[in-house]
Amino acid sequence: MKTPGHRPFSLSRVAAITGNTFTELVRLKIFYFLLLFALLLIGNSAFMASLSFQQEFQVLKDVSLGAMSIFTSLLAIVATAQLLPRDVEDRTIYTILAKPVRRYEYLLGKLAGVLLLLAISLLAMSALFLAVLFIREHMLINATLRETAGLRPAQVQEAVRSLQASAFNANLLPGIVIIYLKASLLASLTLFISTFATSNIFTIVVMVFIYFIGHLQSTAREYWLQQHGGGWLAKTFVALVTLAFPDLQLFNLIDDIVAGTAIPMAFFAQTAVLGCVYTSIYFFFAWVAFHGKEL
Amino acid sequence: MTRGAILLLLLLAFGALRLPIESALAQQHRSAHFHEAELGLGLREQIGQLGFLAALSGFRSLVADVVFIRAHVAWERTQWGRVLLLFREATTLQPRSILFWDMAAWHMAWNASVAALHDPAQPNDLLRRKAQREYVALGKDFLERGIKNNPDRPKLYESLARLYKEKLNNHAAAARCYAKAAALPGAPEYDKRFAAYELSSAPGQEREAHKALRSLYDRGEHERLPTLLTRLKFLEHELNIPLDQRIAEPAK
Repeated sequence: MKTPGHRPFSLSRVAAITGNTFTELVRLKIFYFLLLFALLLIGNSAFMASLSFQQEFQVLKDVSLGAMSIFTSLLAIVATAQLLPRDVEDRTIYTILAKPVRRYEYLLGKLAGVLLLLAISLLAMSALFLAVLFIREHMLINATLRETAGLRPAQVQEAVRSLQASAFNANLLPGIVIIYLKASLLASLTLFISTFATSNIFTIVVMVFIYFIGHLQSTAREYWLQQHGGGWLAKTFVALVTLAFPDLQLFNLIDDIVAGTAIPMAFFAQTAVLGCVYTSIYFFFAWVAFHGKEL
Repeated sequence: MTRGAILLLLLLAFGALRLPIESALAQQHRSAHFHEAELGLGLREQIGQLGFLAALSGFRSLVADVVFIRAHVAWERTQWGRVLLLFREATTLQPRSILFWDMAAWHMAWNASVAALHDPAQPNDLLRRKAQREYVALGKDFLERGIKNNPDRPKLYESLARLYKEKLNNHAAAARCYAKAAALPGAPEYDKRFAAYELSSAPGQEREAHKALRSLYDRGEHERLPTLLTRLKFLEHELNIPLDQRIAEPAK
């Protein structure tokens, strides 16, 4: 009897690992993050009753997008850091890799599971945020319409337009996508670190350092490229920081988007491509590190 | 060991490959006014180590909001010195937020200046007026720095025009600011009208003001608002415009 040949890459194998990883992560009650986010939003809205509508919307957007950014980044690091050590500890990794599953399929499935979890979490947070923004906007529009009942229609329209302009801004959506790309990059890099890390605590600590250094990488790059003075030791250190760490500041657009800076489409596309390249390259490094590793 | 060395080399090679791309992208970010905040040691001393760390790690806007809310509380307690310091921090952290510059200027030039003028703790009228002028100057400084950071947005030009008009009685400067605001994309239609109104109150600018108001009047009914008609009538009288060139008397 002729047996079907073993394909070097199977989407169904990857999908099975993805689904399994996602279920495992959901069971970790990771969605408590979302509950915390909701509480933050509701608490935030209640407090902001004393602020003017422009201030209220700015604080609401800043707090919500800031919370989304920190929650997704934390989720990406913490969820990915424990994937490999847990499988080794539970010995599930031996069962999986004893089957005709390639190591890169295993890694890809794991990463895809985390990315799926991040996408769902971010979608839920975005939906909640947009709902709160929409409700507050409509409450304020109704209040404005009541207060301006006797004025000329042009004046009322102007007031409503100014209110709408302060609330929802189409640039928020690319901003949210960039938050996701940054979290994907962090997940992929965490996966890479965890392939040679000795424990998940080590991976998390290293990733926290990388997170901070990544936000300062652009300063190091500028210092290095502009040939400032300084000894060879300082220059070598700065060059190493520039070359080894990702530039996370490039993915930090929400601060300026909330302040009203428009994000050009080409600009968004370039940042998105860079995010995808980073994620793919770090995944490739993870595979190189994991490929010949003795388990 | 060998794999570790290969990985390190790959990591550095990837860094070298992305270096020109990231530099170019960072340059584009700057030209689109992203990441303009200057997080120096002065700010570090003001907002504390934790706040500074948060600002450096991508939560600049959030820290700016916290500082802004503290400024709001200080305003409610009429602690004007604290309001000034906190708004300086907030605008340094988030220089692209029009709201922060505008609020800072409003608190200084309108609220703090009036409070200084009626300060019961200062019996000397001269010193009270001096303090008032200093607060107005601080408000003007906030708006001018705000414009420097946001030259593409009309709102702060409008606020500066209002400050020139209401606090410094400089209608010519107010007219220039409204005209600059009107020339920017997204400016409200009334900016052009306000520029002409202010010009009509500026001594020695009556001819230009008449020309500007008349050109608005000629645009049609929608521009013929009561203030425009009143100012135009006043200037026609002041400049002795021939009767056949004057506008029709507004309906009573």
